[in-house]
Amino acid sequence: MKKAISLTVNGVAHHDEVEPRMLLVHYIRDVLGLTGTHVGCETSLCGACTIMVDGQAVKSCTMFAVQATESSITTIEGFAKNGELHPVQEGFWERHGLQCGYCTPGMIVTAAQLLERNSNPSREEICHGLDGNLCRCTGYQHIIEAVEYAAKKAAS
Amino acid sequence: MPTPKYVGQRVKRTEDPRLIKGLAHYVDDVRLPDTLHVCFVRSIYAHARIKSVDVSAALESPGVIAVYTGKDIANKLGPVPCASALPDLKVPDFRPLATDKVLFVGHPIAAVVATDRYSARDAVDLVMVDYEDLPVLVDVEEAAKGITVIHENFGDNIAYKMTSGEGDIDAALASADRIIKQRILHNRLAPIAMEPRGVLARYFPGEEELTVWSSTQIPHLLRTQLALMIGIPENKLRVITPEVGGGFGSKLNVYGEEALLGWISIQLGKPVKWIETRRENMQATIHGRGQVGYIEIGCKSDGTITGLRYSVFADLGAYRQLLTPAIPTLTGLMLSGAYKIPAIQMNITGCFTNKMATDAYRGAGRPEATYVVERAMDLVAAELGIDPAEVRRRNFPAATEFPFHTATGLEYDSGNYAAALDKAQQIAGYAKLREEQKKGRAEGRLLGIGVSTYVEICALGPSQAMPAGGWESATVRIEPTGKVTILTGASPHGQGQETSFAQIAADELGVDIGDVSVIHGDTGIVQYGIGTFGSRATAVGGTAVFVAIQKLKEKAHKIAAHMLKSDASRLSFEGGRYSVQAAKAAAAGTSDPVVPVGEAPAGALPEPEVEGRASLTIQEVALAAHVAKDLPPDTEPGLSATYFFEPKNFTFPFGTHIAVVEVDGETGDIKFLRYVAVDDCGKVINPLLVDGQVHGGIVQSIGQALYEEVVYDEQGQLVTGTLMDYALPRASHIPDFELDRTETPSPVNPLGVKGVGEAGTIGATPAIVGAIVDALAPFGVKHLDMPIRPEAVWKILNSNH
Repeated sequence: MKKAISLTVNGVAHHDEVEPRMLLVHYIRDVLGLTGTHVGCETSLCGACTIMVDGQAVKSCTMFAVQATESSITTIEGFAKNGELHPVQEGFWERHGLQCGYCTPGMIVTAAQLLERNSNPSREEICHGLDGNLCRCTGYQHIIEAVEYAAKKAAS
Repeated sequence: MPTPKYVGQRVKRTEDPRLIKGLAHYVDDVRLPDTLHVCFVRSIYAHARIKSVDVSAALESPGVIAVYTGKDIANKLGPVPCASALPDLKVPDFRPLATDKVLFVGHPIAAVVATDRYSARDAVDLVMVDYEDLPVLVDVEEAAKGITVIHENFGDNIAYKMTSGEGDIDAALASADRIIKQRILHNRLAPIAMEPRGVLARYFPGEEELTVWSSTQIPHLLRTQLALMIGIPENKLRVITPEVGGGFGSKLNVYGEEALLGWISIQLGKPVKWIETRRENMQATIHGRGQVGYIEIGCKSDGTITGLRYSVFADLGAYRQLLTPAIPTLTGLMLSGAYKIPAIQMNITGCFTNKMATDAYRGAGRPEATYVVERAMDLVAAELGIDPAEVRRRNFPAATEFPFHTATGLEYDSGNYAAALDKAQQIAGYAKLREEQKKGRAEGRLLGIGVSTYVEICALGPSQAMPAGGWESATVRIEPTGKVTILTGASPHGQGQETSFAQIAADELGVDIGDVSVIHGDTGIVQYGIGTFGSRATAVGGTAVFVAIQKLKEKAHKIAAHMLKSDASRLSFEGGRYSVQAAKAAAAGTSDPVVPVGEAPAGALPEPEVEGRASLTIQEVALAAHVAKDLPPDTEPGLSATYFFEPKNFTFPFGTHIAVVEVDGETGDIKFLRYVAVDDCGKVINPLLVDGQVHGGIVQSIGQALYEEVVYDEQGQLVTGTLMDYALPRASHIPDFELDRTETPSPVNPLGVKGVGEAGTIGATPAIVGAIVDALAPFGVKHLDMPIRPEAVWKILNSNH
């Protein structure tokens, strides 16, 4: 019953056999042990499980692992490079864009995609871009400021 | 006192690096080999008799190890505890798994244990429950009538009745020029911590020890309660709260699942894990609010309030969780708001309904109180044609009247309510806003301005007034290498006390903040503590840290004097360094060599070289205290101090929130134009964190005011069972907040702090509702119940055209 999958996660190649029904988020967390990607609703409404699949921000709780075969994935663990934080990670730290931290990995992935598409977004565009990710702690204001910080940082 | 270097600064959080890198560990991230997974069979009916539960098919399902039902745990696992002790309170027996009856949708019936979560979930569908449905009670006022009874042994659905308050309310209302009445709803809310609940339990059969990892706000209280429920000695039980992904009161509780997982681990001798799904979280994690109340407020024609009576039906749900009945009593305590009200009466009727229990959700009874009082002030203003800010101002106690005694029996510690109102009005440009509103109205624009001048009760609290101790504990140690360890009994889960407590310690000890580590949430490591809720962690727990440091410094001072061969009275402490008075040091011509910390060779610890020196760092003193070769007589080795801080009173933060909205005349859509918040939480340790708390609280208020409502249909089915149906605020729903502060220190603790965790959910809701009502005033609107959706507004706009 199990299906073979091959994919790259944070630059590392993986070959595994998984049940066809296994969710991508469970593959990443339970099989690969990358627990930075979180599950918040299992229905793609909260965005805590957002990862990059072939450069697209995807909610990994509503995608099967088998659908990700042959793809290249980046999870939150792959964002800091050579000990240097990604500008969005740095923005979240500088601007207090997180409290409990549970939504944060998904927020960071989504914000990074937002900035890839629009390097100089307005506040309204940031809010629109983050609308698929829920945060219950911060009230979003500091998250928006974190994204603005990252945009400025990337531009400088 | 040393000059603060960190306290009062916008210090970045020390907890953030692990969180932004995805390297932190929440319960589900803790991995133990051979872990079994648990899924629950939960009731699909709101009220039904269980005729039978057949688990045979489930037991044959691949991967299934065991299935437990209510009968399996009868007399083996104690009931879910409630800490509120109110007179004549009816106590239903709430077991972790139902046996004869189910009383709400989501009521656990059976626990399926399997080798992985998919197999466990598969087998849940194979458990056959035969139900006989019973009449359902959803409406709290209907429940109060007692025509249908949920708990047959009680005879009615009234869990308790209580009257509180001081002053002759009848005389007070009789003396009023006007009496205004209003029925008011406090919508039932779901706390929705982004991390659902989760439990991992591991029993060590040899040691007879049980470790429970749980996403909780109260590790020690949970340990005590689980020991009693499971029947394991408390000193053989360890509770660990790893990273906790938000709580908002929903994890200030003891849940049946926590005890059951511990018990199952003991039965099977293996680690067992249960991670709540969001649907379970909506069904079976406590809800908040859920009151229907009747306001009667009396006022003189100049707006002076003579008395307030509030009669409330509190929708407790089917059972009591840890604090369920206590929440409405907190509402009663805070009914004086920021005002001098000579007579107040609160009448509570707490009722059982076929729903999940209500309990503490961010604010826990105080948002309800503030909403009642602030809506009442708006009603008075509208009735008398006085500006709402002015009516409030006329009823404030003066800054000189503190400590201020209220007719609810409290003593407000300190305050200057007019100063916060002045500042907020100034920032908002209040007079100009009113002009714009007038002009806008003439042009057909529906602009509304809402004002809320709130007071909240924080730093819970004096033990006399708390169900299980209101103090908090701290241990502060300086390790031999000079690193500072703080063990706090508070259990932060996003509030940032790893940073703010380190700020306090770094300043008080004169060390670098990077040398301080704050440890919490592990009963195997940390001395008994109460936990994090009720905006108490900094005001009570932070004070414990502060006082423990003073104790530690007293000892270090004596040791330093001994080492420097100086009289203790001639020794000063500044910047982390004990120095013999400056004059002597200069005369001696000694310099202050810095002995590197943490570079001791392997083996024996070197004692600091003190000969001929005039000063020593506290870290060097710590090393000497541990090596203990030359301590003053009768001095205990080591450098550590523990303090349990018992607050003498609560603290009473306050502030003014002003919301400006525009209602779309065609669609009824509500848009924020401005949001100004001036909060006074006493002294501020870290303004960055305080801003974050205020933002988050206000947005939860926006949720309550505009979007959120737990809806059960007539059959008791949970209509808002997912995040698709239960609307949370999103990034595009929020205004750009304009925050400021006034700072009135609290005399209750030496830090002067009051607490800020719940201010936003307490102060903001009435400002938002007030603004919408104000926008719709031309249509004769005086009050609207939450959540105020465009549909309701549209109906008003169109029924009056």
